[in-house]
Formats: sequence, structure tokens, C-alpha cells
Amino acid sequence: MPAGIIPAAYIAASILFILSLGGLSHQESARRGNLFGILGMLLAIGATLWDGAVTGYTLIIVLMAVGGAAGAAVASRVEMTAMPQLVAMLHSFVGLAAVLVGIGSYLDPGTQFTDAEKTVHDAEIFLGVLIGAVTFTGSIAAFGKLQGVISSSPLLLPGRHLINLAIGLTCLWLGYVFLGADSNASGMWPLLLMTTLALVFGVHMVMAIGGADMPVVISMLNSYSGWAAAATGFMLSNDLLIVTGALVGSSGAILSYIMCRAMNRRFLAVILGGFGTTASSSSATEVTGEVIALSAPETADLLATAGSVVIVPGYGMAVAHAQHPVSELTRNLKQRGVEVRFAIHPVAGRMPGHMNVLLAEAKVSYDIVLEMDEINVDFPQTDVVLVIGANDIVNPAAQEVPDSPIAGMPVLEVWKAETTVVLKRSMATGYAGVDNPLFYRENTRMLFGDAKESIEQVLTAL
Amino acid sequence: MRIGVPREIFFGERRIAVAPDSVPLLAQLGFEVAVERGAGTAAGFTDGVYSEVGATLVASPIELWSSAEIILKVRPPGHHPDLNRDESSLLSAGKTLISFIWPGQDSELLARLAASGATVLAMDAVPRISRAQKLDALSSMANIAGYRAVVEAAAHCGRFFTGQVTAAGKIPPAKVLIIGAGVAGLAAVGAAGGMGAIVRAFDTRPEVKEQVESMGAEFLMLDFSEDGSGEGGYAKVMSEEFIAAEMKLFAEQAREVDIIITTALIPGKPAPKLILADTARTMKPGSVIVDLAAEQGGNCELTQPGEVIEIGGITVIGLTDLPSRMAAQSSQLYGNNVRHLLAELCPDKDGQIDVNMEDEVIRGVTVVKNGEITWPPPPPKIAAAPPTPLPTTPATTTAVKQKSRGLGTLAALMVAVATILGVGAVAPASFMAHFTVFVLAVFVGWQVVWNVTPALHTPLMSVTNAISGIIIIGALLLIDSDSALVATLAGVALLISSVNVSGGFLVTQRMLHMFRKDT
Repeated sequence: MPAGIIPAAYIAASILFILSLGGLSHQESARRGNLFGILGMLLAIGATLWDGAVTGYTLIIVLMAVGGAAGAAVASRVEMTAMPQLVAMLHSFVGLAAVLVGIGSYLDPGTQFTDAEKTVHDAEIFLGVLIGAVTFTGSIAAFGKLQGVISSSPLLLPGRHLINLAIGLTCLWLGYVFLGADSNASGMWPLLLMTTLALVFGVHMVMAIGGADMPVVISMLNSYSGWAAAATGFMLSNDLLIVTGALVGSSGAILSYIMCRAMNRRFLAVILGGFGTTASSSSATEVTGEVIALSAPETADLLATAGSVVIVPGYGMAVAHAQHPVSELTRNLKQRGVEVRFAIHPVAGRMPGHMNVLLAEAKVSYDIVLEMDEINVDFPQTDVVLVIGANDIVNPAAQEVPDSPIAGMPVLEVWKAETTVVLKRSMATGYAGVDNPLFYRENTRMLFGDAKESIEQVLTAL
Repeated sequence: MRIGVPREIFFGERRIAVAPDSVPLLAQLGFEVAVERGAGTAAGFTDGVYSEVGATLVASPIELWSSAEIILKVRPPGHHPDLNRDESSLLSAGKTLISFIWPGQDSELLARLAASGATVLAMDAVPRISRAQKLDALSSMANIAGYRAVVEAAAHCGRFFTGQVTAAGKIPPAKVLIIGAGVAGLAAVGAAGGMGAIVRAFDTRPEVKEQVESMGAEFLMLDFSEDGSGEGGYAKVMSEEFIAAEMKLFAEQAREVDIIITTALIPGKPAPKLILADTARTMKPGSVIVDLAAEQGGNCELTQPGEVIEIGGITVIGLTDLPSRMAAQSSQLYGNNVRHLLAELCPDKDGQIDVNMEDEVIRGVTVVKNGEITWPPPPPKIAAAPPTPLPTTPATTTAVKQKSRGLGTLAALMVAVATILGVGAVAPASFMAHFTVFVLAVFVGWQVVWNVTPALHTPLMSVTNAISGIIIIGALLLIDSDSALVATLAGVALLISSVNVSGGFLVTQRMLHMFRKDT
């Protein structure tokens, strides 16, 4: 086989991956984008298998078939509300694969380098395994938190910053020892010790981060999984892995940046964790006033007579699995000639775009699902806003109370609408531990209860 | 405790203090409700309706007043024509009267009420703070008066409100001027606008401009700056120059508009005369003036309180009983206001009231406490006016922040360039080739991903999940290793990265199929 075929196939695959990400810029082209991705992957795997260096097809095909079937089974059954967990789980797999391939590559007797090249190669392995290990356990911890297996409140060990620092410095020293090792056998122990430390670090880092910061964590782990793949590409001198890893890595980095901006917080502050614990104890402004409760039939009345309605979903809608009744409500109101739209805050839910997927699952047309910047100007002309299980993202304190813990965070300005109805279980504060003055506004009404049941009652009343 | 609801004795009054709707809700608070026979008839609520919802019917007013601990009324106590004695004499120590009282305008009544030794809560003295809005009977009544003013004007006006193009010709819309954009004025703006008229509104308080405009009316401005906002969200007396300027504006408008509705009141003062007789006469024949301030002397010089008169083809409506003309609606809203007050008085829902003078709202409405006059209350602390705009300091700090962020980007860029050069200086050539690919790929990814619509961020994550399964290639390259250990490691890696590839792409496809647009 001509030697040029494989690089050519890799270039084609890289282009297809770029097109795949580019396709996601519009809903219309998104499906085609995904097909490009699949095509790219088939091309890459096919070309690698075709290469003379790979033999033992039976084993490969069996392993791929088993793995592929498992992936397909999970993908076709997973509920849309559980998407963040699935994504976290897939991240952990990339991390684990990077660790395994890294260690394997170090042990592989087939690769021989000398001098500077050996140093570079070892450094690549060290880095790849490090990132892979952090991604692996970090993602597992994130999965546990999202699944509810682990408490989603931040775990704050005493001196946790010192622990992290100590782990970091030890890893640096181990790296130095590893690079100086004169044989594979003597390099093995620093590598494995570092791997263990990185695994511990991954868990510890994610444990310290609370539930509502999950969009940042997931995006960050997404980014790490990309960098892990890129590092693997370096150690194997494989450009396709480098390109793909770099694409995924920068994609995750952008998502992390967008999520942090949407919360007006610095990336480092999120990663260091512990948000919400200091805020609740020093809740600077005490909000007083009276909340006005509303019953489901009254809400139905209000909605049926409104001209325009904006629905603001939050994590509470996902928890209550209320997206289908919400969609039903939307259809019902539309038939009555009410204009219904959705307003999505970038960090609503537990991962970027979480709410959009839930609404899409419930067959809500995506052209009425709007982003924060698109809809904020429309609130003054809106008759009724329905806030379903969201709190901090509609908190006017972010704009009005300069010393509030969430001051400066961009929020949906729902209080500018004529009436705001907030569906909520109780008067508990949101994740940030900040009291929400929205609930005490004159034009705010509270509909207490489980979001799904409340919406269903409203539907019955309609 | 037993609540007594007597028939209103004021001539022509149709309202009743409690509508049937409120009776069960009062029962929930632990009260027993007694209603005088025939008290609701004028409002359209029959005795049968009251007894159905659980109220006791009492024929004799004397018995009603003497058997109840709490008396709910609409109009202030006055001379009872059937009994030939003043209603205030029916009160005694230990009883509580809740009603409109107007303590500022009738000090004699206040003295008589105090002499009885009872406690009197005035529905017209509800403080203007957010918490007390649900008790604000003045706003409820003003809302009805504003609506009814438009209805009365329409009844007396010989033309359509809305413009029409008919087969018989084109009809321009009626023009309505509303003076005073308080609750009544805004209700009138809404009602007139709803009927299709062109609505203009004027007020001395500039902060109501937004409210007027939000209801689709034009806010008339004087080329004159003086803020007319007084204490508690009400208007105050303006300077002479201002009054002259506004008179001129009204004179101009009078020639143009078909209907003028005036609602200008200043607390504790006679209504300002805004429409002079000469101004009114310049209006087009068939025009209507509705004077909602008639009870306080009227905003128009021609107004005869309580009368509808016609002068030179112009109708001047000075009716003072507009809420009473919609007695069923008024009674229902007034009854709700009174019920909310009782709920405040009776926090334990045990049917016992506690006039807690520490509570700002209850302190405000209490004009006589156990025979002692407690009016006027200390001035309210919070104005109902919108808060002053936020200080501008945050804007400047964000500007500074942005500037420093710009510098930060520049610094980061320089560090990145320096790092790349540093790497180039020490790394072997084979590494640099891969490094070039890496940096370019990061750059391409950065450019491409910024274009992804936020709605598709979840599919973006799952598709990147799938393509980061490309690590499968690494596993494939190692699986043929001579070392069994390496081959095993690679085999496991191959297995789990296959999960990624198939799971990631499939779930992405599943999600993307859900995104759809209704056509």
C-alpha cells in the first residue's frame, strides 16, 4: 500500500471533524455535521486497520463490536434529563483510555528513541497520563454528583488548597525523576505513583465544586479529554490524534469560558470550588416582604388571557421531568393565540445547552427557544413570565445589590414583565444561597409545588 | 368574633361592604358573618345568596349592630333615616368599625366615634406601601371610577371611540384627554384605549410618564421643570407659573379633544380648578367632560357635584357615585380589601382580632383606638414612587475592568508567542512538526466552535465526546505489541473508546433529531 494513503486519509478525517463541529452552528446543518463526524471516524479507523502494521483483526473486531454495542445500548436508552451524566461518563472513558495507551506506549518495546527525542517522548507520555488520569476520576466524581450518588454540595477538606499544591509539586518532582530514569523499569514507579496522585487529584478537585457549577466542570472535563487525546497523539507521533484532541480541547475551553462569563465568575474561582458556602453565612441584604401565592386554576386563567408568555426553565424542570407537560402547555396556549416563547440562560441546568435538549425532546419548536440576549429586551412587553424551577438566573439582586454574591452575573430580567409566576417547591434559596428579591415583588406570584404536578394542574384547569 | 354587615344608609349608595364571595373566606379566618336583610339587594346580591354561603340574616339594624363585635361598612357612619339616630351612637366600647371614614374632612364624626369608646379602622387611611396594596380600597374604588368614567363619557358622547372606515365614509377616532394619571386616571387610560380612542394623559408627577406610555397613551409634557410628587406617591400643590403653563396646555387641548376626564386630587385640599369655564366652552359641541374630583369640588369650574349637566352642547358629568354604579364589582373588590385587612388583624386565623399598633399598616388605618383618637398617624417612611436610578459608578468600574481585560488578552497572547518560541528553541525538529499541527488545530477549533449556537451546546459536547474517541487509533497501534501487558492495556483502551465512538455519535444523532421547527 502506498505510504501516502494513511496521511491522506487522516487529513480527510481531520477536515470531516472540523466540518462536523462547524455544522453545529445551525440547527439545519447540525445533523449533516454529525454524519460528517461519523464518516471521519470510519475513515480514520478504516485507514488505520488497513495499514500493514495492524494485524489480529479478530480480537480487534470483537472488542470494537462489544464496546460499540455497549455504547449504542446506552445511547439509545438514556433519558434526556440524564444527558449530563452520560457525557461525564464518556469523558471518563477518554481519560482512562489515555492513561492506558500512555502507559502501554511507555512499556512498548517496539518504540525506541534516543537522547532529546526520548526526553520529549517521555515528557509527552507523562503529560498524557497525567491529564488522562485527572479526566478519568474527575469525570467519575462529576458523574456521581450528577447521578445523585454523591452529594452535590461542595466537599471542603481543611487545607484543600494545600493538598492540591502538594500533589502538584510532587507530580513535578516525579516528572523530573521519570525523565531522568535510565531504563523503563526504573521509570515505571514514578509514572505509576504520579498516576495514582493524579487520580486522587481528579476526585478531590471535582468534589469541592457544587452542583450548579457543573456546567463549568463538564465543559472543563470535555476540554481535558481533548488535551489527553492530543497528548496521546504526540506520544504516538500521530497527527490525526493531535488535530482531533486540539479541536475537542479548544471546544471545551470555549464552553468553560462561556459558562464562567454567564456566571460572572473567574474560571479559577470555579475550579478552586467552595462557592455558596461563604455566601450564605454573610447574606448581605436581607429581603423582606410578602410573597403572594397563586393556585393552579388562577395561573391557568392568567396564562389564557395573556397576549405573550415567556417560559424560563431551570434545573428544577429537569429534576421534575416537567418538559413534556410544559410542551403540552405551550401547544395549548398557542392554539388559543397566545404567543409563547422560552428564555434560556446559558447556565440553566447542569451542562451547556441542557434546557434546549430537554425542550427539543418534548418537541418544542426550536425557533421559539431564545437565548438570554435575544429575549431580555422583550420582557417589558411580556404579559406573563413562567419561571419553572429556576432561581439564581432570574435574581434581580445580581443587578441591583452591588455587594450580593452574584452581583454582576447576567440574569434574565423577568421582573420587567407585567406578571411573573414562579413555580417552586418551597421558599428555599437557590444554589448560590442568595435570597431572591424577585419573589417579593409586587408583580410576582408564587405557585408552590412540584413543577410537573403544578403544570399538569394548570393544564387541567385550561 | 361576629362580623356585622349593615345596609348602607347613604342616599343612593348601592354597595355593600362584603360580597357573598368573601363570606366563606371570612369563615376560614374564624369569623361568623351576619348580614342585614336586604343589604345586598341594590348590588344584586340577594338575601338567599348570602344565606347559601353561610351568613346569618338579621332583620333589625339595632340587633345587628348590638350583636356583632366587628362592623363592616362602606360609607362613613351617618344619620340613620329609619332609626332617626346617628350610626355612631350604635357603637360601644370593645367594638371595632371598619369603613371609609375620611377623618381629615370630618373631625366631628371622628369625635363622635371616639366618644363611643370603640376602635375604628379607616379604609381610606391605608398607608401607601407595597405590603398594604391588597388592602388599598381607595385604589380599588379609583380603578372602578376610572373605568366607569370612560363608560359614562361614551354614553354621553355622540360618536365612536375607535376610528372606522365604513362604506358610508371614514370616521376618525375620538381623542380623550385624561388629567391626573393616578389609579383612576390609568384605569381610564386603559379603558379608553381599549375602546379604540387616541388617549393623551397629563400629570404633574413626571415619574408616571412611563406608566402612561406603557398603556399605549401619549404623555403630555410641559416645557417646564417642576416635580409634583408629594409624600406617599400623591401629588402636591404646584407653583403659580406651573399652573399657568398647564392651563395653557389644557386650553389648547380642549379645542382638539372630544372627551376630558379629570382626576386631579391633592390630599387634604380642595380639588384644583384646571378646566376653567371659558376653556370648557371652547370644546366642540357634543364633547364630554367627566370630573372625577367632583366630590372635592371638581377640577372643572362648570361641574355640579352629583349632577350631569349640559351647557352649550357640552356635557359635564359630575357624578360622585361612580363606584356605586358598579355596585357588584365595587362590593366584591372592597370586600376583598376588607378581608385582607381582617387577615392582617387576625394572624392566627382564630376569629380574634388584635389591633397591633406596632404594625405599620395597622397603625396607619387605626384612627380611633378604644375611644382615643390616633389620627393622623406618623408619616410613612417609604414613598411609593419608583426608586431613584442606580448610581452610575458600576458602569465606570466595568469600563475599567474591560480595559484591564484587553490588556490581559494582550499579555496572554505575548506569553503564548514566547512559549511557542521557547519550545522551538529546545525541542527536536520532529516534535516541532507535530507542534505546528497542534497549534493550528487549536486555532481552527477555537474559530469553529465560537460559531456553535448555544442551543446546540449539549450536542456539541456529545459529538466532541465521540470524536475524542479517536484515541481508539492509539489503542489500535499498540494492540499488536509483543508485550502481552501492553497488548492487554491497549485492548481495554480499545474496548472503552469504542463505547465512546458509538455512544457519542448515536446520542448526538438522537438529540439532533429532536430539534425541530414547527412550520
